[in-house]
Amino acid sequence: MSEHIVSAKTNIAVWLTLLVLTGVTAGAAFIDLGPFNTVVALVIATVKALLVVLIFMHVKYTSEKLVKVVVISAIFFLVLLLGLSLADYTTRLLM
Amino acid sequence: MATAAITAERENYLNQEYGIKSWLLTVDHKRIALLYLLTITFFFFIGGFFALLIRLELLTPAGDLVQADTYNKLFTMHGQVMIFFFLIPSIPAVLGNFLVPLMIGAKDLAFPRINLLSWYLLVAGGILMLHCMLTGGVDTGWTFYTPFSTAFSNTKVIEAGLAIFISGFSSILTGLNFVVTIHRMRAPGMTWNRLPLFIWAHYATSIIQLLGTPVIAVTLVLVVLERALHLGIFDPMRGGDPLLFQHLFWFYSHPAVYIMILPSMGVVTEIVPCFSRKRIFGYKFVALSSISIAVFGFLVWAHHMFVAGISLYAALIFSALSYLVAVPSAVKVFNWTATMYKGSITFSTPMLYAFGFIGLFLMGGLTGLFLAALGIDVHVTDTYFVVAHFHYIMVGGAVMGYLAGMHFWWPKISGRMYPESLGRLAAVIVFLGFNLTFFPQFILGYLGMPRRYWQYPPEFQVLNVLSTAGSTILAVGYLLPMVYFLWSMRYGKVAPDNPWGASGLEWMTTSPPPTFNFDRAPVVDWEAYDYENIPAPQEARSGG
Amino acid sequence: MADSPIAVEHHNPALKHHFVDMEQQRQASSLGMWLFLATEIMFFGGMFCAYLIYRYWYFPDFAAASSSLDITLGTVNTAVLICSSLTVVMAVSAAQVGKRQQQVVYLALTLVLGLAFLGIKGVEWTSKFKEHHIPGPTFNFEGSLPGHPDQPVDQHHAQLFFSLYFAMTGMHALHMVIGVGIFSYLLYHAWKGAYTPEYHTPLENSGLYWHFVDIVWIYLFPLLYLIDRKK
Repeated sequence: MSEHIVSAKTNIAVWLTLLVLTGVTAGAAFIDLGPFNTVVALVIATVKALLVVLIFMHVKYTSEKLVKVVVISAIFFLVLLLGLSLADYTTRLLM
Repeated sequence: MATAAITAERENYLNQEYGIKSWLLTVDHKRIALLYLLTITFFFFIGGFFALLIRLELLTPAGDLVQADTYNKLFTMHGQVMIFFFLIPSIPAVLGNFLVPLMIGAKDLAFPRINLLSWYLLVAGGILMLHCMLTGGVDTGWTFYTPFSTAFSNTKVIEAGLAIFISGFSSILTGLNFVVTIHRMRAPGMTWNRLPLFIWAHYATSIIQLLGTPVIAVTLVLVVLERALHLGIFDPMRGGDPLLFQHLFWFYSHPAVYIMILPSMGVVTEIVPCFSRKRIFGYKFVALSSISIAVFGFLVWAHHMFVAGISLYAALIFSALSYLVAVPSAVKVFNWTATMYKGSITFSTPMLYAFGFIGLFLMGGLTGLFLAALGIDVHVTDTYFVVAHFHYIMVGGAVMGYLAGMHFWWPKISGRMYPESLGRLAAVIVFLGFNLTFFPQFILGYLGMPRRYWQYPPEFQVLNVLSTAGSTILAVGYLLPMVYFLWSMRYGKVAPDNPWGASGLEWMTTSPPPTFNFDRAPVVDWEAYDYENIPAPQEARSGG
Repeated sequence: MADSPIAVEHHNPALKHHFVDMEQQRQASSLGMWLFLATEIMFFGGMFCAYLIYRYWYFPDFAAASSSLDITLGTVNTAVLICSSLTVVMAVSAAQVGKRQQQVVYLALTLVLGLAFLGIKGVEWTSKFKEHHIPGPTFNFEGSLPGHPDQPVDQHHAQLFFSLYFAMTGMHALHMVIGVGIFSYLLYHAWKGAYTPEYHTPLENSGLYWHFVDIVWIYLFPLLYLIDRKK
């Protein structure tokens, strides 16, 4: 990773945010949002994951663009696997 | 010591150190490549042995050589061994390992010890697979379809699954090593657009190895768990979906066929310009086509499932995508042809294999388009049409590419020339034997003979007999190089640095190379394939 | 062809000879770790795929099964891992400025938190065992669909949930165990002063691995524990 040193303050701020979001997601599970419960949970999880990837794993600060390409590619192919499989499962009963 | 006789006085990677420990604990990518060569050749014999038994059984319509259950094991283990322990490693692990650092001007791969670990993982998986075969084998087809594999088969599914799981990590680590090496260890001046297209092909292959293999790894884990614990993830009796297995399986196994063909295409792309004395036509298109094949290859997997029960809408999407994936392959064929146009062609052994590759890959690829059409696929899926299709690509394509590469780089690897006339003869025998074996299978499939069947109606016998006859000729064609390569190590002409007058950094060091590849670190300031500036091939020194 | 003699430099003892310099080595090993993590994304991804499909098919049964998981322990474990990611980051920061003592403290804390996670997991799994929620011949899920006390949960579908639950959390736990092993190794070498501002690549790359395992849990937690707690 690049030698950019993230300040302790930033790290602690991220840590606290992650803890708060954990509490939020646990609490939100008890509120009836209909089908949006799942969406909210996944959005919060993604925000947490982004914080870890960008700050704790230094992706935001790295001078190597290749790292960002690797991360995005892996996510892209995962989405392909999930998406195209679901394309089958969600359209079967339409036949 | 045989190796002392091989080489001239110069120190090189072969004679630098002797003894079994110096081989089994080596971290030199060139020695590891040779370790792989021995391993995959061994498994090629085993897979080939199963193939011969299959062809023998199919000489007669009745099931009279082996029992039905045994026949199921034969085609299963033929497929598993050939795919996972021969084809997938073949070119990347042998030629890729040997050449990638040389071609980019590096001293070794990025992670030499991981490279050695990769080999040991293949060996470990291979030993487990051997044990599995010797103690009962597997009969599920190489595709392990559930719920037969998880709930009904009485054979050693778990062991085979674990063997392939272990060997998968060999593949992943090879891919990882190549990507890091190509990104980070190119010599000064070796920009992306000066890289040999062999490197681009291996880069694309490595992407597939990295992103696809883990999916089959986890799928095999689930199969093993299901079989051991009777879980139900893939079992319709317990709420599971057999098609989920197929989705996960083919998500890897389709891109896997591109792992098997891309390196071969890379080999052909090195050979055609050399023996046409012309730079490759459309360098950027060829490079981009390799990457496109790797990416598009991940979009088409359910074309193996058209009749399995997926939704019609999914089938339409995957059919359309399957047509798309043929485009970059076609680009390569056009570019090879355009390279040869008005070139000065030499019909050397590598070039003969390259010609064979182009023609046979073309036929295999076009028949793939037939299969991508839903209407046709319903008729010919699970017949010998499919078997012929993939053997045209895997054997007519990938294996011929492998042989082309082995001949082309043999002088560099061993420091010796193989006998050229024998080489040409073997290439012709392979080509003829191959076509006699597999062309009748297109017809058989179209006429309706199912695959994986141990008996068949009598009207199919003539075509089957032709196919079996072809397979014996093909076997002779394959044995010849093994014999004369070995012969050449002692009696072959000593090879000069660049016997073919080829472009590429690997030809600018000695044959065989020194352990650290180059006496002086190269600095590149010329374009790839600059055949206008490369002198005609030197004559090989006679003697030895 | 222009060429240059191989450079001779006074090099860091950690430099491997096939690399030109430390920076090339650092970049190569970092890229190697990122690529490995990409393979892990696909590896876990296969199980997430299976999970998503069956959750789509059997949502009510999955919701009922999910509600039988201990949400408190799950939330606590999530917090434990988040804290451990912080201690990892602090350990790397300490190495970047050459503070050996701090490195050791933070690495030790990371280990403690990792083991705590595994311990809590063990508690959860034990209670699953007692409730007969482990897939196999003794599996028996008692309960009804959320909001429908008259409709019992389908045993097969509930068993599917738990098969995937144990496969996914088990695979995650295996990665945690490997992580604990790696960090034990790092702790020992950090204590011996192996990691300096000039060279702390193993710390950085192992940190990447640890954060990745944390991210997997960040997704596992809501997907497995929080399907439907409303009713």
